[in-house]
Amino acid sequence: MLSLYHDARTPVHALPAGVKLSILVAVGTAVFFAGSAPVLGASLGAVALLYALARVPARVAWRQSAPVLPFLVLIVATQVLIAGWVVAALVGLRVLVLVALANLVTLTTRTSAVVAAVEAALRPLRPLGVRPERVGLVVAMTIRFIPVIKEQADLVRAAQRARGVERSTAFLVPLLVRTLRLADGLGEALDARGVGSGERSRRSRASVRAVRTSDPQGDQ
Amino acid sequence: MIELSGVGHRFGDRWVLRGVDLALTERRVAVIGANGSGKSTFARLLNGLIVPTEGRVRVDGLDTRKRGREVRRRVGFVFQDPDVQIVMPTVAEDLAFGLKHHDVPKVSIPGLVDRALADFGLAEYRDHPAHLLSGGQKQLLAIAAVLVTDPAYIVFDEPTTLLDLRNKRRVVAVVAGLAQQVVVVSHDLDLLADFDRAVVFDEGRVVADGTPAEAVAAYLALLSG
Ligand SMILES: Nc1ncnc2c1ncn2[C@@H]1O[C@H](COP(=O)(O)OP(=O)(O)OP(=O)(O)O)[C@@H](O)[C@H]1O
Ligand SMILES: [Mg+2]
Repeated sequence: MLSLYHDARTPVHALPAGVKLSILVAVGTAVFFAGSAPVLGASLGAVALLYALARVPARVAWRQSAPVLPFLVLIVATQVLIAGWVVAALVGLRVLVLVALANLVTLTTRTSAVVAAVEAALRPLRPLGVRPERVGLVVAMTIRFIPVIKEQADLVRAAQRARGVERSTAFLVPLLVRTLRLADGLGEALDARGVGSGERSRRSRASVRAVRTSDPQGDQ
Repeated sequence: MIELSGVGHRFGDRWVLRGVDLALTERRVAVIGANGSGKSTFARLLNGLIVPTEGRVRVDGLDTRKRGREVRRRVGFVFQDPDVQIVMPTVAEDLAFGLKHHDVPKVSIPGLVDRALADFGLAEYRDHPAHLLSGGQKQLLAIAAVLVTDPAYIVFDEPTTLLDLRNKRRVVAVVAGLAQQVVVVSHDLDLLADFDRAVVFDEGRVVADGTPAEAVAAYLALLSG
């Protein structure tokens, strides 16, 4: 559900990222306090209208939201057990409105615009030592690397399965090693691309190297 | 010109490069050698990603030890694994990223990005998430992102190892067409055949230096004997 920008020229796309994010936060808060099913149902309808306005194809909207559904089912099922049907329906609707709206923001806003909005919002905090560009970079890189780390996790799992290990808590160790290695390479790449101070601490590289040589997966 | 004088490098108490004196003036320089012979360490010295334990590396007269930032602006670096090099979520954003950090005026960034997208056949992937590109496309993007900042030199550390034959050919063609001076570390002897010069490393030392044919012969002799 990350970084699947869907390009089009619509009023929803044209709305500044900062405005969209503020609306998302406001609606998120409001939905939390909304206690009636008709209000929540109407909100869901409104979000659906916004999807139409943004000309997001149903196929794209579905692809974006599908990964969340199992969690939604789980949440609703838990609520049914502990609080009954009515509360469960309300909670389900709340989550649905929120996820749908958040996805709409993702689909209609470029990451660079989100990053710029975050940077702008943090600028007043500069005197307190906050570095907005750095926070913006972290936001962008998080979006970029979540799928990469997921890929690494799949690889580690596949490698273990290939060796006949079906379920293993040792799964985390090779994944951690790979992630550290990724982080190491990434730090270097950022240097090479002109970010950061350059002189990287030799100690940090050496420690990663130490982990590296004990990588149980080896290089595949 | 990139110039190394009396360069040695040590990790902990192990010397991985010793006594390297080279002046790289040719437009296409290849670096070959066995695993662990010090090629990547050498490559990283060229743009100041690491500074030598002893001796000096200079790029256009700038010492990498003192002028690292400026050196890295002149010397672009393409890593073996494009996944570490691509730091932004989408193709166009990643191209813009390097430009922003090279102090290119904001107004000229979109134009440069568009041109790079067109040059590398990535135009239709403009807003595509980087992680959904194929390995070859990722490597092309990584190279494009370096080229777009217009460095005078480009160092490649095994740019084709992770690629299939077709993508490898594309990358080879791109490298062959570059106007910049390039230094390419590679195990792929075909890639280097028409280079101007090839340097062979063995256990941290330069053991051969000449035309690719001479260097490959020396490398093969090393392996067999
Ligand atoms: N950051 C590091 N810390 C400690 N040792 C290192 C580090 N980087 C490389 N080495 C060691 O230095 C030696 C040379 O490594 P280098 O990566 O330069 O070799 P290479 O010729 O590029 O090998 P390959 O063909 O496998 O890429 C190796 O023995 C390696 O283990
Ligand atoms: Mg190497």
